[in-house]
Amino acid sequence: MPASVYLPRRDLQCLLDLIVSQGYTLKGPQVIDGAILMRPLNSTSQLPKGLEQTQAPGEYRLQQTQGLRHFSWANGPQALKPLTFVPRETLWRSEAQPDGTLKFHESIDPPEPTAVLGVRGCDLAALALQDQHFAGDPYYQQRRQSLLLIAIDCSHPADTCFCASTRDGPDAKDGFDLALSELEEGFLVRAGSQQGTALMEQLQVSEPTLEQHQEAQSQLEQARQQQRHLPDFEPAELIQLNQHTAWDEVADACLSCGNCTSVCPSCFCFSESEAPELNGTESSHQRQWDSCFSEGHSYIHGHRFRPDTKGRYRQWLTHKFGSWVEQYGRSGCTGCGRCISWCPVGIDPLQVLTQLGETQS
Amino acid sequence: MSGHACLQHQAPANPALPTEAVILGRIQETEDIFTLQLRLTDPEQQWRLGIQPGQFNMLYRFGVGEIPISFKALGEDDQGQPVLEHTIRAVGRVSRALAALKPVERIGLRGPFGQGWPLHQAENMDLCVVTGGLGCAPAVSIIEHAFAHRALYGHIHIIQGVKHSADLLWRSRYEYWAQQPETTVMMAADVAAPGWPWYSGRVTELIKRLPLKPAQTLVCCCGPEPMMQASAEQLIRQQVPADAIWLSMERNMQCATGHCGHCQFGADFICRDGPVMPYPRLRDRLGLEGV
Repeated sequence: MPASVYLPRRDLQCLLDLIVSQGYTLKGPQVIDGAILMRPLNSTSQLPKGLEQTQAPGEYRLQQTQGLRHFSWANGPQALKPLTFVPRETLWRSEAQPDGTLKFHESIDPPEPTAVLGVRGCDLAALALQDQHFAGDPYYQQRRQSLLLIAIDCSHPADTCFCASTRDGPDAKDGFDLALSELEEGFLVRAGSQQGTALMEQLQVSEPTLEQHQEAQSQLEQARQQQRHLPDFEPAELIQLNQHTAWDEVADACLSCGNCTSVCPSCFCFSESEAPELNGTESSHQRQWDSCFSEGHSYIHGHRFRPDTKGRYRQWLTHKFGSWVEQYGRSGCTGCGRCISWCPVGIDPLQVLTQLGETQS
Repeated sequence: MSGHACLQHQAPANPALPTEAVILGRIQETEDIFTLQLRLTDPEQQWRLGIQPGQFNMLYRFGVGEIPISFKALGEDDQGQPVLEHTIRAVGRVSRALAALKPVERIGLRGPFGQGWPLHQAENMDLCVVTGGLGCAPAVSIIEHAFAHRALYGHIHIIQGVKHSADLLWRSRYEYWAQQPETTVMMAADVAAPGWPWYSGRVTELIKRLPLKPAQTLVCCCGPEPMMQASAEQLIRQQVPADAIWLSMERNMQCATGHCGHCQFGADFICRDGPVMPYPRLRDRLGLEGV
């Protein structure tokens, strides 16, 4: 691990100011409608303070404590995904000329450099997965390249978290510019890129004490003691468990609402649609997040390959934990647990995986 | 491509952006199937004519949307210039809108996308093209290609199955091929009207009758998945190696670049890793419910 420096809590604002002074729009965690979301941030006073959370299947609740920490919670519903793979965007516009010819205009707006404070290990890992998937996508890449990432080692994982067993957390492993480890009095700061090193050099910091190192280590150890773990299963064999009774059981509960795919930091499906202007001469071609739980996802001239919830849930799970490994060399799950918390009926995919590993009745 | 060897493959800066094509001709093949003959209007976009049999283009109707359409053939216009031929069945919102277009009208086009038939692997081998259903452009494209480069291939077996004998498209083309040397054409209709000169029954029954030389035959198969699976298994029983059997797959496609996720078939993105794929790669997933 690269050498860390110590930043007192009162100087966190200096880091924020430094980032903003470099021309970044800074986003950071803020409480909006009872959930923690990434929103434009100027001042540490906007950050949660002493806020903790309870997450359980189908449950997400915030609790105010007397603590001073800004990051004593695991994650909100939003990962980095909306910043790079935006929920809805125009890909290109077409224009019908008076002579009947068509003109096409690419629609890639130069993105504003964006810095994000408070990125978790699970979300950095998921961003790396999306980097792989969207490698040839100019819309994604342009936004991706303008991101500056300030990570936080997770000190307070939720009961739904299992990043320790996917090896993506609770600490920020890589893919960040700066990573902070929050202590009672301040932060240990380490750089993960040249940009991060350059920022760190401009901060008023000191050498951390042995006690500070120990505090960071012990809270990380504690954060690793998560209750949830990935069960044992063979990814390549998941798709062949096509007729397992576990699918019927989960399909009975699943509402096919697509919440899990919306909050999932790695889910990448999108649909394309056309939005013609009323003037009849212009039209824009757009894409927006889609879900394998949607009715039309498997539609092809009059036929749906997955007409029911069972087929759709099976597609999601076998892709995320099975065929993803074949596609990108690792599972598509980074253990953030969002799909568990934000499922309105509290389905836990780890339980489904466990069931799939058991012999059928 | 015959006569157009100068065309070079080139990657567009943004594969999501269409280019303009003008409709030169429109052929009504059946009540709901039509063929569009297209010319790309931008001289710098002519590299797209390097499309190979089995690949596809995304065709865009202004204000309506885009759909993936298999490449059928490269034809020629009055001046001997290459034109793209796409055969489309009017079944959905976009295809119906495309059906309403007339010559001189413009559409958008992007492509070519995907993996076509294994033309190099097929050289010096017998070709066996097995098709189920009507207007199967990927099959016609490989047959036309083989006849345009006849010396490169051995015997050509063509098996075409249709539900009803009245569905058969391009009948005169099949009759023409049947008269060519070193060529076998066999047709099957599940339901045959009086006067149907060919077989009445399933395609797999015709495969059994083929005088195949299994070790030197490459199979190109296109049609409904159960039919392709049954055909492939029958061919394997007749000693054709599984990896010499290629299928053209179909799924919902929106981006055509392997990003939108709709066309996933297990780990494969049919738009990018297919649509033409070797049977061993598909074998354990074909027939699985909902895959």
